[in-house]
Amino acid sequence: MTTVTGRRAAARVIRIRRQASFEARTMLRNGEQLLVAFILPAMAMVGLKFVSVPDLGLRRIDVIVPGVLALAVVSTAFTSQAIATAFDRRNGVLRLLGTTPLGRDGLLGGKALATGFVLAFHVLALSILGMALGWRPDLAGLVPGVVTIVLGAGCFVALAMLVAGRLRAEAVLAVANLLWVVFLGLGLLLPTSTLPSGVAAVARWLPSGALGDGLRAALAEGRWPVGPSLALVVWGAVGALLATRIFRWSD
Amino acid sequence: MSAVEVRDLVKSFGATRALDGANWCAEAGRVTAVLGPNGAGKSTTIECLQGLQRPDSGIARVLGEDPWGAPAEHRARVGLMLQDGGLPSMTTPPTLLTHLAGMYADPADPAALTKRLGIDEFARTIVRRLSGGQRQRVALAAALVGRPDVLFLDEPTAGMDPHTRLDVWDIVREQADGGVAVVLATHSFDEADRVADDIVIMDRGRVRAFGPRSEVAGAKSLEDVYFSLTGRGER
Repeated sequence: MTTVTGRRAAARVIRIRRQASFEARTMLRNGEQLLVAFILPAMAMVGLKFVSVPDLGLRRIDVIVPGVLALAVVSTAFTSQAIATAFDRRNGVLRLLGTTPLGRDGLLGGKALATGFVLAFHVLALSILGMALGWRPDLAGLVPGVVTIVLGAGCFVALAMLVAGRLRAEAVLAVANLLWVVFLGLGLLLPTSTLPSGVAAVARWLPSGALGDGLRAALAEGRWPVGPSLALVVWGAVGALLATRIFRWSD
Repeated sequence: MSAVEVRDLVKSFGATRALDGANWCAEAGRVTAVLGPNGAGKSTTIECLQGLQRPDSGIARVLGEDPWGAPAEHRARVGLMLQDGGLPSMTTPPTLLTHLAGMYADPADPAALTKRLGIDEFARTIVRRLSGGQRQRVALAAALVGRPDVLFLDEPTAGMDPHTRLDVWDIVREQADGGVAVVLATHSFDEADRVADDIVIMDRGRVRAFGPRSEVAGAKSLEDVYFSLTGRGER
């Protein structure tokens, strides 16, 4: 047997950083990810800017951009992550990487960092586009806005793991895309107050309504969105708890 | 101490008893082939030794450690080639191998492995578009890139053309000669005959024979011994 001298695994921080950079490059090169997380939200922003329905008040763009950012959060943290994780699971990638020095916790850490990085990239690009269209966020709402984005990303990643943890990869693909449309309609892109009152009462407390309304309260009105933040924390905690119970590392 | 130890290993999935008290070990510097029909418990054994499954009872030890929840330093000393590959599909082989090498403090040179296994012929093709045999070569390179002390290979030459199989057998021999404990699960007598020093024959979760190849086969061929031990001897 080879004599062991010194460490054999790269340091933990280095392993996680390398995995994060590998995952982020894979995500940014993936055309479907770019479509759902940047191009479609950008099209929604431009489209909503140049039509007049629904009535969103005087500074229309200030209501539109936070909703578009919320949509980008769901695209990257939920839809992309659910689909990528389901296919990695089916292809045995989670099993293989779990047995390398990276391990399962390193894999999760790397994915979380990569998601954060890619999301920051999309949020920044969409914000610049928004400003070019006349968006002027309330400066008092910037910190609450960033906190809401982080809470929303955490919540939707947990829900993504819940969807991706058990179902067949093809089923995850269908469900994750379907839920993207459902979330979009239930308070993500447009205020829950524009929905019929019965639907609005429910949508306000769904992850989609909480994230969308929360970001609008922060960035358009400069408020701390306390209720929506709590809703995101609760959904995220419940999702994470269930995900750890049902998640399978291989099919 | 043996590099790999399996003692009274039991693992059930629902009503199916995949491992029913298996016993064998593998030594450093030797190739141990685990033979058996589908469902014999070969893959389950390897998964227990990799920490991917937790045994119901019995002992699985690799380099003296329990693989279940073993730390990164332990995982760095063990290489694994999975039957289903386990490779990310949207990346090219050299990018993947360089990335995996980055998980180790003192890895093998990915470029040298790429050349040795003929991966440079399809270096610019993403994993998803590779043939089964090409994917197997990348998976083997992934198992070798950390310069392991113990190497687990699950059906390593399935789907490979005859020339590549010879290359792979050479590499397996070299690894063992360099002091690595190689454990190879296979369906192929040809493969076991050519590269194995020790043979484990499994059937229905139990070990039917274990020992040096010459002792297990005796005067008969490995194939005859295999069929007589796995319940098809009358054919």
